Amino acid sequence: MQDVDAFQMQTRAWLEANCPSSMRTPMPDDEIVWGGRRAVFKNPDSKLWLERMAARGWTVPSWPREYGGGGLSPDEARVLDELLEFGTEEQKQAHLPKIARGEIRWCQGYSEPEAGSDLAGLKTRAVPQGEHFLVNGHKVWTSYANFADWIFCLVRTDPMAKKHEGISFIVIDMADPGVRTRPIRLISGASPFCETFFENVRVPLGNLVGGLNQGWTIAKRLLEHERKMIASIGQRQRGAERPLADLAKAYAGAKDGRVADQALRQRIAQQEMDQRAFQLTQRRAAEEAKGGSPGAASAMFKYYGTELNKRKFELLLACAGTQALGWEGEGFAADELRIAREWLRSKANSIEGGTSEIQLNIIAKRVLGLPD
Amino acid sequence: MALTLDGDAALVRETALKFFRERAPVTALRKLRDEKDPTGFSTALWRDMAALGWAGFLVSEEYGGSDFGCVGLGQVLEAAGRTLAATPLISTALIGASAFSLAGSAAQKRAHLPALAGGERVVALALEEGTHHAPFRIATAARQSGNGWRLDGEKRFVLDGQVADLLIVAARTAGSRDEPQGITLFLVPGDAKGVVRTRTVMVDSRNAAVMRFNGIELGEDAVLGQVDAGAEILDRVLDRARAGLAAEMLGSACEAFERTVQYLKDRKQFGVPIGSFQALKHRAAQMFCEIELTRSAVIAALSALDAGDAGASRLASVAKAKAGEACFLVSNESVQMHGGIGMTDEHEVGFFLKRARVAQATFGDAAFHRDRYAALMGY
Repeated sequence: MQDVDAFQMQTRAWLEANCPSSMRTPMPDDEIVWGGRRAVFKNPDSKLWLERMAARGWTVPSWPREYGGGGLSPDEARVLDELLEFGTEEQKQAHLPKIARGEIRWCQGYSEPEAGSDLAGLKTRAVPQGEHFLVNGHKVWTSYANFADWIFCLVRTDPMAKKHEGISFIVIDMADPGVRTRPIRLISGASPFCETFFENVRVPLGNLVGGLNQGWTIAKRLLEHERKMIASIGQRQRGAERPLADLAKAYAGAKDGRVADQALRQRIAQQEMDQRAFQLTQRRAAEEAKGGSPGAASAMFKYYGTELNKRKFELLLACAGTQALGWEGEGFAADELRIAREWLRSKANSIEGGTSEIQLNIIAKRVLGLPD
Repeated sequence: MALTLDGDAALVRETALKFFRERAPVTALRKLRDEKDPTGFSTALWRDMAALGWAGFLVSEEYGGSDFGCVGLGQVLEAAGRTLAATPLISTALIGASAFSLAGSAAQKRAHLPALAGGERVVALALEEGTHHAPFRIATAARQSGNGWRLDGEKRFVLDGQVADLLIVAARTAGSRDEPQGITLFLVPGDAKGVVRTRTVMVDSRNAAVMRFNGIELGEDAVLGQVDAGAEILDRVLDRARAGLAAEMLGSACEAFERTVQYLKDRKQFGVPIGSFQALKHRAAQMFCEIELTRSAVIAALSALDAGDAGASRLASVAKAKAGEACFLVSNESVQMHGGIGMTDEHEVGFFLKRARVAQATFGDAAFHRDRYAALMGY
């Protein structure tokens, strides 16, 4: 415990001395730094900050030092990159230091137009030809693929095997001319995802991660981590966000210091109590698991956390009324416009990384043991 | 604040689960109901529970208890909830012990706590006057009379009221209806002259009574705590009652849920187990989540009460509200998923539905606690 306290003090001192002041406020979406060969730094402090953090190994604090990481214990940071778990030494040496230094930006190629919830039904083919795989197919929901340098993909390497058993996990350099991306415009107006097309892309056999046709194991592990991450989205307190009750008082009215509308007050209290109980459940699960892998419980957190987050945004709309329904321009404050966009974005929470319905299937099968 | 049990509490839990399964299964409640048992619980069972120390978990060693705490008592309550055991755990071990421990004078503690911890004295809190939990909506009046007080009024939904040896009566000594200020707690012997008690048979087959107080003469020593300052004691006692009852409700919800999941696996229609239908799977998984959240809220509230945390009241409201929602959901779904057999008196799932509604209404339903939580949070 003392070690952790000491570490906390050192970290605080280092941050105080090294974090540029413009990096200490909530970051606008267009200033988020993703790194990569085509990295753009809108704010020059961002570049400085990335370099200082990377030098310290804190862009990837849990990775071992030999790959440019911070060397912290996995228990402290929990999330280990899949390459660390499944990659060969050559692969680790080739890719991890560049990720840590922010030199290469990655995206994920899982879903396909015909393989959403039924991810294992994916059709993108990788056919071994001499020293290469020849890759052909179509991925969708590839996050920021238009800015990414490399993509890690699930591909079909054995079309004759059962659908879970003919899948491999490979990494592909997107500089190949056969790779094409097209951003997808979402209901929120943003385009964080792309479609990515592969046409006769030649990928060295050495880019296979894990064994041939063993990709599903890696994919499942990645999805568990992704679910955990998405589940925590709703719990992250954004600096600029005001409490629901403050919004309700300000927009819908207050009486004797309380939210005047009793029905709205009830909904806010129910939301906050559920958030509290949810956070307590995450804490309890951590105490019970003592640092183990997320497992089947991650399905519950993914399901409940994302549904809670969606409910929170519906409630924000209810609190602020038509002021939260502006799209752009005059008549709305920046934080009001942001509510509308984030409300729309939140609808994806219960779809991406496995829909709520898929999570409920997992709980029913793996936790409750209900029959197929 | 730990959210998992330590070794001692885990041991209590194991002992209690076994005890209630063997000694007070749901068939015991059915028997009490069918035989119209006048006591409404088994005094022999209660003595044995006291012998295990459970009646004295909130009583200090000085007065014959173990001071084991709310987390420990919560384990016993949860186990009792699993079999719907009718016992004075809530009225006496939880509320009575808390009231004396938190507000009693040394003489009052000496007079009552050892007997309470020994399972020899049943205590009941006479609080409610309306149809909904409203701890400060009190019209029952105590007026100064000679060297003491004269008590008049009517209370309802007094848990274990018809058999209690001792009553703790919340009466108004000043102020007006709904005002916290001006409430005083009085100790009234159950058989005092002028006490008229009428048992009310509730759907859950557990004990409750309407009590009429007709000009009862009480001495100065009948006051528990300070005159006009009973609301503060009530708040603290009720927080324990809410968290403890939430633990009992958690146990009932778990049991009803587990029985229902088993039924989904066993019951076949269209040639397959009905648990293979996605419409039922998803609802079962949703219930699982609600129960998990309730479990976290309950253990957090009990731990916070033991630690004397400033946020314990808020957590008690979270626990009671979540337990209320979980019980509502699970009890309804259990009956629906059992289909026709769930509607029969012969099947036990109906007992869980009946207990759920009474427990939900006791010490505030989910709506009451949402409003209370909002008030505590400043909105």
